[in-house]
Amino acid sequence: MSAAPPPAPPRLVTEGLAAWYGSVPGIRDVSLAFEANRVTALIGPSGCGKSTMLRCLNRMHELVPGTRVAGRVLLDGNDIYAPDVSPIAVRRTVGMVFQKPTPFPMMSVAENVAAGLRVGPPISRSERDGIVERALRRAALWDEVKDRLGDSPLALSGGQQQRLCVARTIAPEPEVILLDEPTASLDPLGSARIEELVHELKREFTVVIVTHNLQQAARVSDVTAFFYLGALIEVGPTAQLFTAPTQPQTEAYITGRFG
Amino acid sequence: MAIRVSRRLVGAAMTGATYSAALIAILPLAAIFGMLVAKGAGSIDWAFFTRSSVPLGETGGGFAHAIVGTLIIVGLACAIGVPVGVGIGIYLAEFGAGWLGWVVRYVADILNGTPSIVIGIFAWTWLVKPMGTFSALAGGAALSVILVPIVARTTEEMVRLVPNSLREAALALGYPRWRTSLQIVGRTAGAGIVTGVLVAMARVAGETAPLLFTALGNQFFSTRLTGPMAALPLQVYVYAVGPYEEWRRQAWAGALVLILLVLSLGIAARWVTRGKRARG
Repeated sequence: MSAAPPPAPPRLVTEGLAAWYGSVPGIRDVSLAFEANRVTALIGPSGCGKSTMLRCLNRMHELVPGTRVAGRVLLDGNDIYAPDVSPIAVRRTVGMVFQKPTPFPMMSVAENVAAGLRVGPPISRSERDGIVERALRRAALWDEVKDRLGDSPLALSGGQQQRLCVARTIAPEPEVILLDEPTASLDPLGSARIEELVHELKREFTVVIVTHNLQQAARVSDVTAFFYLGALIEVGPTAQLFTAPTQPQTEAYITGRFG
Repeated sequence: MAIRVSRRLVGAAMTGATYSAALIAILPLAAIFGMLVAKGAGSIDWAFFTRSSVPLGETGGGFAHAIVGTLIIVGLACAIGVPVGVGIGIYLAEFGAGWLGWVVRYVADILNGTPSIVIGIFAWTWLVKPMGTFSALAGGAALSVILVPIVARTTEEMVRLVPNSLREAALALGYPRWRTSLQIVGRTAGAGIVTGVLVAMARVAGETAPLLFTALGNQFFSTRLTGPMAALPLQVYVYAVGPYEEWRRQAWAGALVLILLVLSLGIAARWVTRGKRARG
């Protein structure tokens, strides 16, 4: 069992969060706290709402026509769904990496990393180059691409493309990073490198990862939350949830009886 | 064994049929091109590109005024039509799901099928008459009306091919909707959009009817946008129906140059999208 987290106020808190696709509920009444400098894993069978949950945390859910969100999401105490808060500002503070690598094909490797900076305050060329290098180093990609910064990102392997997307996400210095099954399309080696990266990322960021892979959740996360049929069933320190779950559904899922 | 033989026979017959169909499709183009080269190539010399029409009774002269005129008028059509067409195309693909998108798409399709002479009369009524003079400007405007729907629909198709994951990635970085559409989606579809523009240019470069009422044509070299201007198809028409052997010779040469211009635009369109198909 891992040590209890230090008593710092959580960075991100959801209160009674619910989301719908049309009239179909995606998640129901989820209250969950995400600690700073911790990795929280969201697990559960397909369609349980874990990705919907993630997409509510940076207001991406509302981009799908006909969707609706209720409840509150507090980032450092401020509701990101308050009427005067712009979703664009939220997404600059809460970055996201997707299931498949999504490099912009018409931009070079360096331009991809700097893509998020273009919608921020203006910076000089040398500042930008410095941020690009630092982001690539933190994404453990610099040594592999430092001579190919002007090349097309499509020449990189799938795993390298995904780390490029991580670099692009962290370049504008968000506070929270959401990872939506980031290794689902990668081979085992590429997955292992992303998992190492997640360990590094939590030094600076609050990390939330959705994963289908229970071993991965066990390896990378400090806290795990189990979702089933749109509801949060159980949340706890990862080691405890995997060894001594309190809910019967959690136990059934982690022992492979469904999902 | 019997089945194998009959299968092979049917296979050979079908392959033969498809080859003949392809041949029949290519034949008219080859025939047109061959005839133009045979009748027109002999009249193409340096003077053809550097000199304008000469007065009756003199021999020689060239199509320089018509070639420059076509470039200017098509350039005007692009200056007016490309921004509008690309804008409409991006709108249709990105935001055109509602009734307004349906209406715009429908109007573009109708416009695409409108006979070009009708567009010529339209431009005459709204531009030539109020301005009191035939002009290159009116010619460019008339051609832009033909150009816009073609560019709009090809742009829409190209923008639709951009995977939604790229839009989401940009939005997740904090890009506003409009910057996502222009800077990420538009840029990704760029090569396809350029191809559509080149194809549309090739189409309008050969249009004659709309120019009859607008640019009118000109026997003299002119680059004045507010006055009548020569254009290749107009000059070919005037010379082809003329009574002089010399004129008809030059009309063939002009037609050949026009076809080569259209052909090179088509090749340029292919070249822009080279190797892009496999990427998906």
